[in-house]
Amino acid sequence: MTPIVHVEKLSKTYSVTDREGGLKAALKNLINRKKRDVKAVNEVSFDIEAGEIVGFLGPNGAGKTTTLKMLSGLLHPTAGVGQVLGFTPYKRERAYLSQMTLVMGQRNQLIWDIPATDSFDLNRVVYRLNPDDFKRTRDELVDLLELAPIITKPVRNLSLGERMKCEIAAALLHRPKVLFLDEPTLGLDVTSQRRIRAFIKDYNAKYGATVLLTSHYMADIEALCKRVIIIHHGKLIFDGELSQLAHQFSADKTISATLENPPENTDAFKVYGEVLGYEDGQIRLKIPKQNTSAMISKLLSEWSVLDVSIQEPPIEDVIEHIFASPKETSA
Amino acid sequence: MINIYKVLIRNELLVELQYPLALAIWMLEKLLEPIIYLAVWTSVAVSQGGDVNGLTVADFAAYYIALLLVGHLTQNWHIWTIEWYVREGQLSKYLVRPIHPIHESITNDWIYKLLMMVVILPAMFLLAWLFSPSLQFDFGAILRFIPAICLAGALGFLGGWVVGLSAFWTTRNGTLVQMYFLMMLFFSGRIAPLELLPDFMRQIAFILPFRWIISFPIEVLLGWVAPQDAMVGIGIQFAWVVALILLAIAIWQMSVRRYSAVGG
Repeated sequence: MTPIVHVEKLSKTYSVTDREGGLKAALKNLINRKKRDVKAVNEVSFDIEAGEIVGFLGPNGAGKTTTLKMLSGLLHPTAGVGQVLGFTPYKRERAYLSQMTLVMGQRNQLIWDIPATDSFDLNRVVYRLNPDDFKRTRDELVDLLELAPIITKPVRNLSLGERMKCEIAAALLHRPKVLFLDEPTLGLDVTSQRRIRAFIKDYNAKYGATVLLTSHYMADIEALCKRVIIIHHGKLIFDGELSQLAHQFSADKTISATLENPPENTDAFKVYGEVLGYEDGQIRLKIPKQNTSAMISKLLSEWSVLDVSIQEPPIEDVIEHIFASPKETSA
Repeated sequence: MINIYKVLIRNELLVELQYPLALAIWMLEKLLEPIIYLAVWTSVAVSQGGDVNGLTVADFAAYYIALLLVGHLTQNWHIWTIEWYVREGQLSKYLVRPIHPIHESITNDWIYKLLMMVVILPAMFLLAWLFSPSLQFDFGAILRFIPAICLAGALGFLGGWVVGLSAFWTTRNGTLVQMYFLMMLFFSGRIAPLELLPDFMRQIAFILPFRWIISFPIEVLLGWVAPQDAMVGIGIQFAWVVALILLAIAIWQMSVRRYSAVGG
């Protein structure tokens, strides 16, 4: 099967001007402008099949948004291949733009001074939608995202969450086959985040749409994405199942053990590893991955253990660990 | 495309009508400009015994009343909008849609200009009553004025777009824009009818496109240009429009390649 998104050695290099702060440096810069190339995206390759929801992760400045912009046709790649639905995005052919959507958190595509419903109407004509189909999709989106009370108010009078919901509705009126969602829940409260998450999941299930999603909220990723792609300093460093992420990158495991005769304090456990918590006879220990079996055997032989379990650390911690790695070692 | 324009026009009307006070203030500014020029040149003419280089007080009145109309129909603010779109990364939202952003600019342009005619026309009558211009109604001149003003409007719009697109290269293109407006002020016949400029400046004015945006349609309307010369002028305007369309297309294609979609 041909992948919906095909990315091969995709690169984007920006030329940036470097200078120190201050007036002297600014004047010096006028005469001798120092330019340097920054590889925002460096030979990234991946494929996404139809109907997949893929989480696209990376710290700020990793190259996520640049990649999304290249795939949605906003940026020309410096090198490599980017193909979506068989199209070359930067050519911005009408047939391509009509089948994809790019939602960027906090970026307003709705007309600010008039109600969202008027912007929806503009999309109807811009995307040449059949009036009946348009009405059906609009009503469905209004219903799913609970927009009825807000689409008749001027957009400038809406709250951030309300505006984001309208943005998403506007972006999906033409029922795109591919969705590039860049931080769609940024700045939203927990309820709105959850609603948007549920909606993306429904939309994907109902229309079989392919979704590439970036988010700083791991809850978004955990709720929606089985597969994640991680880029760091412009390079792809992981592409696989979310569940494999901790396995591959985490240096430690967490062991929880319930003891029959719990001691007064945790001093005796420090030989096993770092004590994460001790409550109601249950001890939680962080143990280097390679020592896990040895330490469990030791624990079982030295204590009377009622119950024991081994867990991967929370995904947030794993991601933090990956993102904290310096440039030289991340790739 | 007609359907798109129908919705664009409706939305643009809805937006413009949200801010009637802002429109009124803009309008006041537009009215003041020709009145100031008119006052200055009238006093110069009076001090020189009734005319300057053959232009009487009534001629100045006619010229600047016509400038009110022509200046309004050929003005361009998209030059600033493009810079803002590029600098703030706002252009992204237009580029991901299957329609060229110029269509929204065109609609915004003409809706604003048509809406403001409600104020411009009465203002012209008021000025005519106050300053007694030398006007003769020449049906032929009015007929020739129609294509001349349409092409002048297109030229003003396209000139603004082409200069505005420089934002893709410099991001802050304010100085270039100021230069464009300064040249427009002197070489278009805005600050003074071109007849009053020194010879060398007048020659430069004929080479540049600005004259074809302001002074030419005014002169056609006032019947200062012979019918045959008017037709030649309309031909030159048309050639400039074609040239600027080609230039705008070429620069747009290069610009979009350069667009670095700032903000994220």
